[in-house]
Amino acid sequence: MTGSSTPVLELRDVSKSFGPVVALRAGSLRVEAGSIHALVGENGAGKSTLVKVVAGVHRRDGGDFLLGGDSVDFGSTSDSKDAGVAVIYQEPTLFPDLSVMENIFMGRQIVGRGRRIDRAAMYAEAEGLFGRLGVDLDPRRPARGLSIADQQIIEIAKAISLDARLLIMDEPTAALSGVEVERLFAVARSLRDEGRALVFISHRFDEVFDLCDTITVMRDGSYVATHRTEDTSSPAIVAEMVGREVADLFPKTPAEIGEPVLEVEGLQSRGVFHDVSFTVRRGEIVGLAGLVGAGRSEIARAVFGVDGYDAGRVRLNGREIRRRSPRAAIDAGMAFVPEDRRAQGLVTEASVARNVASVIRGGLARAGLLTTGAENRAAGPWAGRLEVKTNALDMSARTMSGGNQQKVVIAKWLATEPDLLIIDEPTRGIDVGTKSEVHRLLSELAGQGMAILMISSELPEVLGMADRVLVVCEGRITADLPRADATPEAVMHAATRQLEVAG
Amino acid sequence: MTSPRTYSDFSQPLWRRVLLTREMAVIVLTVAVVLYSLANVPNFDGPLTVKFLLQDIAPILLIALPMTLIIITGEIDLSVASIVGLSSVMLGVLHDNGLSVPVAALLALLLGAACGALNGFLIAYVGLPSLAVTIGTLALFRGIAVGLLGTKAVTEFTERWTDLATDTLGSSNIPVVMVPFVVLAIGFSLLLHFSTFGRGVYDIGLNDEAAHFTGVNVARTKWILFVLSGVVSAFAGVYYTLRFGSARGDNATGMELQVIAAVLLGGVSIFGGRGRLHGVIAGVVLIGVIASALRLEGVTVNVTNIIIGLLLIASVISTPLLSWVATRLPRKAPPSEEPTTPKQATPAGV
Repeated sequence: MTGSSTPVLELRDVSKSFGPVVALRAGSLRVEAGSIHALVGENGAGKSTLVKVVAGVHRRDGGDFLLGGDSVDFGSTSDSKDAGVAVIYQEPTLFPDLSVMENIFMGRQIVGRGRRIDRAAMYAEAEGLFGRLGVDLDPRRPARGLSIADQQIIEIAKAISLDARLLIMDEPTAALSGVEVERLFAVARSLRDEGRALVFISHRFDEVFDLCDTITVMRDGSYVATHRTEDTSSPAIVAEMVGREVADLFPKTPAEIGEPVLEVEGLQSRGVFHDVSFTVRRGEIVGLAGLVGAGRSEIARAVFGVDGYDAGRVRLNGREIRRRSPRAAIDAGMAFVPEDRRAQGLVTEASVARNVASVIRGGLARAGLLTTGAENRAAGPWAGRLEVKTNALDMSARTMSGGNQQKVVIAKWLATEPDLLIIDEPTRGIDVGTKSEVHRLLSELAGQGMAILMISSELPEVLGMADRVLVVCEGRITADLPRADATPEAVMHAATRQLEVAG
Repeated sequence: MTSPRTYSDFSQPLWRRVLLTREMAVIVLTVAVVLYSLANVPNFDGPLTVKFLLQDIAPILLIALPMTLIIITGEIDLSVASIVGLSSVMLGVLHDNGLSVPVAALLALLLGAACGALNGFLIAYVGLPSLAVTIGTLALFRGIAVGLLGTKAVTEFTERWTDLATDTLGSSNIPVVMVPFVVLAIGFSLLLHFSTFGRGVYDIGLNDEAAHFTGVNVARTKWILFVLSGVVSAFAGVYYTLRFGSARGDNATGMELQVIAAVLLGGVSIFGGRGRLHGVIAGVVLIGVIASALRLEGVTVNVTNIIIGLLLIASVISTPLLSWVATRLPRKAPPSEEPTTPKQATPAGV
């Protein structure tokens, strides 16, 4: 690192917590003018929180935040804009019915004489901006129908017209094609050559090494290291991203692995996932790893029948399951704890008993009549087994903590006594105590012969719990690793397409 | 996970769960208005008041049953009064062409089912918003009804059947139509409050995505409700026609708003997920009693409408207003040993 001039942005040991959850422990970042700086780390490493602190979305709890050498404290996103910080998100939010020009000058239109909005001046400036960026975009056309790449260019043009000193691009290439990525990189390089500072967040190492001058690695909400690109390598970065003790954190007791329970063959949903085939056996925990947006949850949803699929077969205990029918999947012995427990897992306004009994209530009716008493009698023991904390079974789940809600969801599905449990992000957003309870429970269930398909963005969780790890990248299974071979490096390589292993 | 813990079934004592409800408030208000009217309104205690009151509100009572379930799922059916009109015309035209009243009535019910099935298909399976669909079919069904008969009316019905529609049970003042109503009310209550189907209805209204993830067939549930709404509306149409001995295309125009007003007054949330059938029945009776008492007082229909409108607005405001007041009031200690406002268990680990 040079360190001679004053950096555009300097963060030292910045921390941020949300209630009991520490999102950022000690984030540090030093970005020089006229450089492109990569920020890399696993999902949940704290990159997004760091960006949001710089953008003024969140206020830091502690640490130093210097912009151009001056300590700053942004209370809102407009504060950060005024200070010359611009953030380009993965999917920009433009006003679709306004023109490109109107989107660029939204809220700060150029006014001429008599406070009249000077459209001609704005068109001229917009054309000038696109000329500087070397892109061919008509400022008069409406934003509706523009590709995501073009929408990002509009955001960048907006940033330059605000004379932003620092541009942060949060996974800008995730939804772009190869040509579009090249154009974005050309724009980024020209901005660097103008002397601006850029921060580039990406999971794709080829892009990071192609574009960036400097790389900062984060892990568990903390700064790990900063390297000049030419001094490091992709495997070294991966090792730093995942390098922590994972082996004994999530003990999975060995279970006897039996015959196949779930068999998925050639599952395909156009534009979402392709040619997905795998098997989950009795007593086995199969981890579905990969980056957010790789298509893991979509595969699980299709298997369970919440979504449809175009081709392929799903079999449970040898019998084919009708597609697009959660009821058929449930009746065959599947259970699905979804990713978003408030929106998908629970009817939060309904009582604990109603929720726990919601899947099995058909079997609780006597002569077609279902009573609250029957629901309570069935729900009580399952809520008790999961140690759901509530005063009474008629309390709603709305005000419960995330961990407690997750217990209600798991209780509801265990009540069906399934052969296969699909569990998507089993411990996302729940406290450490409940987390280990959930892990112990999954291990115990597998020990009793249940087949478990677990999706998790937390690599340590996958590596600690799973007997076998399937890695999904861009809608395909790129690796099928037995426990012994499932090292953090192997999984991360497959997830970022450094390795091409047939599924 | 050892030594499973146990829970009490209810967080509140029985009397609070029964008495301190929105439904009980409507029932108490209804009884109060009845008592006041008996004491102060001339002729309200007359023998024919109950008969005419119940005959007047019977179609609204009937249609309010499926409407309650539909609104609890978060949908709405504005076409019900047009189905009343269309089934009325159907009954008249078929009878005019020589079919007996029961056969014509049965065909009218089938037509009502078909109307409901069309609504349900567009809403549940095509995924269109029910507000838009049923505004469309409101105009469509009414248009067909008026188009078939024009300004004419069929008034010749077999006397046996028109008599039945205006008859009372034995020597009482209870109209015969209350028998099918009570049967349907019990049926819909069991369906909504004591069946897995009814649990699904509430789940859909509170969170249709979670309901789908739980295996509730959201589309089929909604479709069935709209078919039920069509059939019951057609039955109300048959009753309406026979009671007045007149099949007309414009029968029951505007009744959908009376039905919806009564359902909301009875404590059903227009956003879905909340409400109970006995509250709705009380809501319909309350509106009927107020209208009947004011009519006996010689008050014009316009004033009656103003009063019912204000009552509805007051009832809709009352819920958020009461909870706002509750948050402002200092929390008192629970009146009994039973905790009345239990705090949520703390989030952190055991």
